[in-house]
Amino acid sequence: MTSARNALPARFGSFGGQYVPETLMPALDQLEEAYLASRADESFRQEFEYYLRCYAGRPTPLYFAEGLTRHYGRAKIYLKREDLAHTGAHKINNALGQVLLAKRMGKTRIIAETGAGQHGVATATACAKFSIPCAVYMGEEDIERQRLNVFRMRLLGAEVISVSQGSRTLKDAINEAIRDWVTNVATTHYVIGSVVGPHPYPTMVRDFQSVIGMETREQVLAVEGRLPSYLVACVGGGSNAMGFFHPFVGDPTVRFIGVEAAGAGIETGRHAATLTAGSPGVLHGAKSFLLQDNDGQVLPAYSISAGLDYPGVGPEHAYFKETGRATYVSATDKEALDAFLMLSEVEGIIPALESAHAIAYLDKLLPQTTPDDIVVVCLSGRGDKDVETVEKVLQGCMK
Amino acid sequence: MNMKGSVCIMNDHIMNTNENAGSRSRLQKKFSELRAHNRKGLIIYICAGDPDIRTTFNMAKAIAKAGADVIELGVPFSDPLADGPVIQAASTRALASGTNVKKILALVDSLRYEDDFPKIPLVLMTYLNPVYRYGLAEFVRDAAAAGVDGLIVPDLPAGEEESAELINAMSGPDIFMDLIPLVAPTSTDERIRAAADIARSFIYCVSLTGVTGARDSLPAGLEGFIGRVRSLTDKPVAVGFGISTPEHAREAARHADAVIVGSAIVKTIHDVTTSMGTGPAALASVRAVVEGFKNAITARPACSDS
Repeated sequence: MTSARNALPARFGSFGGQYVPETLMPALDQLEEAYLASRADESFRQEFEYYLRCYAGRPTPLYFAEGLTRHYGRAKIYLKREDLAHTGAHKINNALGQVLLAKRMGKTRIIAETGAGQHGVATATACAKFSIPCAVYMGEEDIERQRLNVFRMRLLGAEVISVSQGSRTLKDAINEAIRDWVTNVATTHYVIGSVVGPHPYPTMVRDFQSVIGMETREQVLAVEGRLPSYLVACVGGGSNAMGFFHPFVGDPTVRFIGVEAAGAGIETGRHAATLTAGSPGVLHGAKSFLLQDNDGQVLPAYSISAGLDYPGVGPEHAYFKETGRATYVSATDKEALDAFLMLSEVEGIIPALESAHAIAYLDKLLPQTTPDDIVVVCLSGRGDKDVETVEKVLQGCMK
Repeated sequence: MNMKGSVCIMNDHIMNTNENAGSRSRLQKKFSELRAHNRKGLIIYICAGDPDIRTTFNMAKAIAKAGADVIELGVPFSDPLADGPVIQAASTRALASGTNVKKILALVDSLRYEDDFPKIPLVLMTYLNPVYRYGLAEFVRDAAAAGVDGLIVPDLPAGEEESAELINAMSGPDIFMDLIPLVAPTSTDERIRAAADIARSFIYCVSLTGVTGARDSLPAGLEGFIGRVRSLTDKPVAVGFGISTPEHAREAARHADAVIVGSAIVKTIHDVTTSMGTGPAALASVRAVVEGFKNAITARPACSDS
């Protein structure tokens, strides 16, 4: 009945759907309708593109990483520089799209959740730009480890609401945001920050993020005259990866690799590698892969990177895993830290800890490639927010 | 344990409103009986396993003695996103005490041997994932065998495929279990009709846009909302969320067939078990609170229109 009722497909294979309290169902219908109307509206598209270009700084460069390429001596490596987008990560693409949509729907208040703070900052930025009140839910533990981003959100006029329930990280921030939305649904739009949540969010967020892959495609064809062999991106909820992969979905020679956070190591149980080590379940409005116990209770995730510290994953990634369209692998905290240091030294680019997981996988991928291959890594964000965390870890190692 | 009717096999989930012949579920019997006697029903929610399963067993008995018409047992979940702070905290405590679906089904099974319980409908309220993980068909089979009469799944709106799968599993021979649909003030008429089509015994009306938990007053639009539901179906309606005091219950019962009280009781159980333990004094206190709600909805003679 869902598929007949929805204008857009609500599922990716068996994943996705709308598992939310009844109160929200009409709001999801309204959102889907407004989103479809906006897609068909040339003036909305032009406005969105205008702000992506003139405000967010798109297109972001596709950078030939000479130092990195030399480092491995195999395939040519390019970096898609989302770290150079306004606010320092790809999150601004989706935040601008959804805030413009919320304005169009006549909503007068915005809420969001955030893990690393990048999505919170992006949403607070878009809300400041368009003068809409904004509240951001953030886990207590994440507030601790991402203090710089908390301060940025406050500077931008957003209210940061600390979430002390459960694991005190992203999962519980989403729970609280959904509770707020159920309560204030008449006036409030919930800007979900990844390709997760009930339909139409996974589709809509993917579409807003697809600018990453569309630009990459155009740019790589312009410089290389051919498509890349591999696309590599980190996966927490999975929005940078999905926006990067999706415009290539019809190109079977382009292989997709999603890198999850293995935390302290998959075997320790302290990780956030949902697709690698999880199983199908229902959380936050969608059926997808989940970290859960035998009773169906959601397990806490763990990663040094707050943005990947999530026990769920976008349903379209679950579908890509099931169909084999993408391969999902993982990198540990330590591997990500090593990549963080290596990229800083070799390229003069300090990556976000999230993006460092994608870089970390190059150690395993590159030996399998030849100089004829092209590897593009989505450098989803910059590492300024993480230097404090990394400093602490390094000091700990030196002692 | 052998309380099920034995004659009628329901092979169609959409029941006729004037269906009467044959065996019906405890819930259907309860709501027919309430209407026949012009009484309003009291549905009490408690979180199973808070603070432990043994106490829940004793509390359920005390609540039955106090005159509850239906008892709703909450299945604790790690991410109860439709619940306010009181039930969230209770769920956390229940999980910490090792509660899971299997233990709750064993609890229902053991309650069925107690006084009052052959007739009292027992309903489970659970988020989808614990049931999904258990296996939908296996869950319905085991829950029905244990004597569960109904299932409320707040994150499974009518129309999702698991809703149809559960209904299908509940249509099996000798299974008298209902999937109880929820409607909210934001529900369109079309969705209320769809919920009414599913409902075998009653429709759960969420009184407000929000999560469970105590409120100072009933929502302003409640009468209008229930009126709208009534205009679309003659299935019985129970109203829940935010019914915090006997006064609220009295007022809500003017419009609905039954009222559901959750957080107020969960909070009472937590308070009394924290301050006086889990013995007879605690049970008596909870019983007295439930009796307060019961009296509030029955005190008024049945002379007013609703």
